[in-house]
Amino acid sequence: MARSNDSRRVKQHIIEEWIGKILTSLCIVLLVVTIFSMVYFVATKGLSSFFKNGVSLAEMLGGTSWKPEGEPPMFGALPFIFGSFATSMLAALISAPLSICGALFMVEIMPKLGKKVLQPAIELLAGIPSVVYGFVGLSVIVPFYRNIFPGQGLGILAGASVLSVMILPTMTSIATDALRALPSGLKEGSYALGATRWQTLSRTVIPTTLPALMTGVVLGMARAFGEALAVQMVIGNAPHIPNSLFQSTSTLTSVITLSMGNTVMGTIQNNVLWTLALILLLMTFVFVFVVRWLERRAIR
Amino acid sequence: MSAKTVDKIATGVIILFAGIIVLIMVGLLGFILVRGLGHISFDFLTSPPETIREGGGIGPQLFNSLFLLVLTLIITVPLGLGAGIYMSQYAKPGRVTDSIRLIVEVLSSFPSIVVGLFGLLVFVNTFGFGFSLFSGALALTVFNLPLMVRITEQGLASVPLAQKEASLALGLSKWKTIRSVMLPIALPVILTGTILAAGRVFGEAAALLFTAGMSSPRLDFTDWNPFSPMSPLNPFRPAETLAVHIWKVNSEGLAPDAPEIAAGASAVLILTVLLFNLLARFVGRQLQKKFTASR
Amino acid sequence: MKKSLMLVMTILLTVTLAACGQGSNNTASNTPDTSSNTGSTNNTANEAPEQTEELSGSILAVGSSALQPLVDEASKKFMDLNSKVSIQVQGGGSGTGLTQVSGGQADIGNSDVFAEEKLEAGPAAELVDHQVAVVAMAAVVNPAVGVDNLTKDQLVKIFTGEVKNWSEVGGADQAIQIVNRPSSSGTRATFEKYALGTKTEDLEGSIQEDSSGTVKKLVAETPGAIGYLALSYLDDSVKTVKYEGVEANEENVTNGSYLVWAYEHMYTKGEPTGAVKAFLDFMVSEAVHEDIVELGYIPISNMQVTRDVDGNITK
Repeated sequence: MARSNDSRRVKQHIIEEWIGKILTSLCIVLLVVTIFSMVYFVATKGLSSFFKNGVSLAEMLGGTSWKPEGEPPMFGALPFIFGSFATSMLAALISAPLSICGALFMVEIMPKLGKKVLQPAIELLAGIPSVVYGFVGLSVIVPFYRNIFPGQGLGILAGASVLSVMILPTMTSIATDALRALPSGLKEGSYALGATRWQTLSRTVIPTTLPALMTGVVLGMARAFGEALAVQMVIGNAPHIPNSLFQSTSTLTSVITLSMGNTVMGTIQNNVLWTLALILLLMTFVFVFVVRWLERRAIR
Repeated sequence: MSAKTVDKIATGVIILFAGIIVLIMVGLLGFILVRGLGHISFDFLTSPPETIREGGGIGPQLFNSLFLLVLTLIITVPLGLGAGIYMSQYAKPGRVTDSIRLIVEVLSSFPSIVVGLFGLLVFVNTFGFGFSLFSGALALTVFNLPLMVRITEQGLASVPLAQKEASLALGLSKWKTIRSVMLPIALPVILTGTILAAGRVFGEAAALLFTAGMSSPRLDFTDWNPFSPMSPLNPFRPAETLAVHIWKVNSEGLAPDAPEIAAGASAVLILTVLLFNLLARFVGRQLQKKFTASR
Repeated sequence: MKKSLMLVMTILLTVTLAACGQGSNNTASNTPDTSSNTGSTNNTANEAPEQTEELSGSILAVGSSALQPLVDEASKKFMDLNSKVSIQVQGGGSGTGLTQVSGGQADIGNSDVFAEEKLEAGPAAELVDHQVAVVAMAAVVNPAVGVDNLTKDQLVKIFTGEVKNWSEVGGADQAIQIVNRPSSSGTRATFEKYALGTKTEDLEGSIQEDSSGTVKKLVAETPGAIGYLALSYLDDSVKTVKYEGVEANEENVTNGSYLVWAYEHMYTKGEPTGAVKAFLDFMVSEAVHEDIVELGYIPISNMQVTRDVDGNITK
């Protein structure tokens, strides 16, 4: 009697275990299938401009002249690659100190206020559509820059300013998580030794969490890299490398967004846009590699 | 300079920067709300939009946004939870797991227009779902899933090892341990993630242009049968969401009051996100209370 | 157990929903076929709504975001008259519209340009053009510029960067800021073809925006800005300039003295039948006339001149 009960329990145990495994593996398989079909899709479309239309890779990556409708058409994407990098790095540069200080404030200085009011408010920013960001940028930031600096106000700095606000939630929440996850013993030890708050923060807290903080920064940057609608509205979209922060230029995403709907699938003009998407994908891979590398250092 | 002064200066700088964040936030929200609140009325919230004439509302769009959110969460949350649990509890650490994680993250920062076109070709055309809420929800899932997976993993990782081991030692299966011990503890973190993911659903426009579409068929709000074409609950009807509507009105709007409609709709959108955040937090707290008290 | 049950249920639900989707879609795409016979016999149905048993089916029109408001408005009227027809009008751009109609996924592809300009000759030949309206464009400048007429030559010089200051074309001493459209845009193609007569390059420092709303906003606010807009978007915030002394208005377009205009096209793959044909007939009928005018387009029936794909004009 007891034995059969036991074996039934063991059996149930095993069944339960299998249910769990099967269900979760199913999810992961679906996820992987989605991802691979997506990557496959972009890659085949993106590569066809090289294989089918005979665009040269060197021209694509090194050329500075973008005339898809010209005679002969030219496909130099360097200005876009430059624009993407410049805008997202600048955005991260603006946003990183803000978000890290914000996170420090929320975790170390006023934890109650931070958790109850600030963090929800910052998360609210994540729900504002990029169209609205773009519109606010166009109505507030662009005129502001136009009145203060020479140029039209549109350009890398306007794009970076809008992006820096957009990526603030991502970066702040990752930084906050990292700071909260820090064992409290570490801090208390430092305080017990008579260290001031800044000494504790600068010698203990920040060095230990630095890789995690950097992860947030890089992820925010990756987000900035992929953002399209808002950037497109404030950057100006001229396919040239600008000679000032206030001159119209383009990013990979802004070109894709501007022209994707206007071109017919399968034509060379459309295929090169997919190639830009592929470049973007590869760039994002590089970003995430950096994140992983930083995280591995964090574990060590 | 003494350590105390440095400490004071540093604290001051941190508070200053935090203040700047608050200022940006207040400024941004204030700008949107001040411009938009005046235009919000009961009529604006319930009446259908107008193309040419003044006085169009955002009724169907508001409903579509909410319904699309529900649909997306129905698809994303179970899938994301499952995949996240697998990644953090079952997967053997190694190259394969690492590379899956890598690609998952790449996907979440992909430009939405590319996901939109992917959705157009795959969900709308190949699978034949047409321009519909369901296609839109699937496209949004592509964005949200990575976020959900990451958040679930993080949440589960934050569960103290002792709790997990205690449960396993009591003879509970791993699956049961995850479900009834680890998930409730991880719930707050997962909830925050879901809220962030939901924000993206509300705010996304570019991907939905090509999947959920830009037009809203006439809805019959008395017909709640999800299979009839006029029913608001039919997931296979095309639906323009609030964010898409804002985009449309802003870029090609012809109605004389287009700027006001865009402003009003933006304010409504933000208020909706705010309400949703508050609600989700409240529900989360209740859920956690229930879970932790009864078990 | 409850949670895993939920999980299974949701997955099941998703799958069944998916199945339903395929099902409903099949029936939807079948109906136009079955209705094609009844539809073609009742071509005048749109004027006689009491013949209610006539048209049914669903129509999907995808494409140009500029044309979308008009088709949307017309489709509402059409659906009022024909309650069994459901029409979806989606945006996405002319290129998307042509892709979808040529691939057979959409019934109608809305486009700002001739299909021949975007598609290769093969697929373009399969499409049947239905011109539903005319859209005219005008060059607009920031009001402070102080110019109210520009010749073709001056425009070309401005858009090729040869002239960089408004004082060179009789305006204030103010640097010229070009607000252009992306090179893939149909609006730009029209403007270059009929106002400039030549293709231009994207100059350094020029602004490219695709949406009329953004162009208008930028021209109105940026000192020294010049751009071009469809007549429907013109208002007091920007100054409309005459082209070669001719004002951009409906009369000058219809009698052929103002040349910067283009057709709005609705393409079908092969000759349309049934509900699609009835809807396309409806688009050019008197019933939609006032909407066309109100939206700032010009009804095709008012035009005293016609133009072919190569730009040759016949009276």
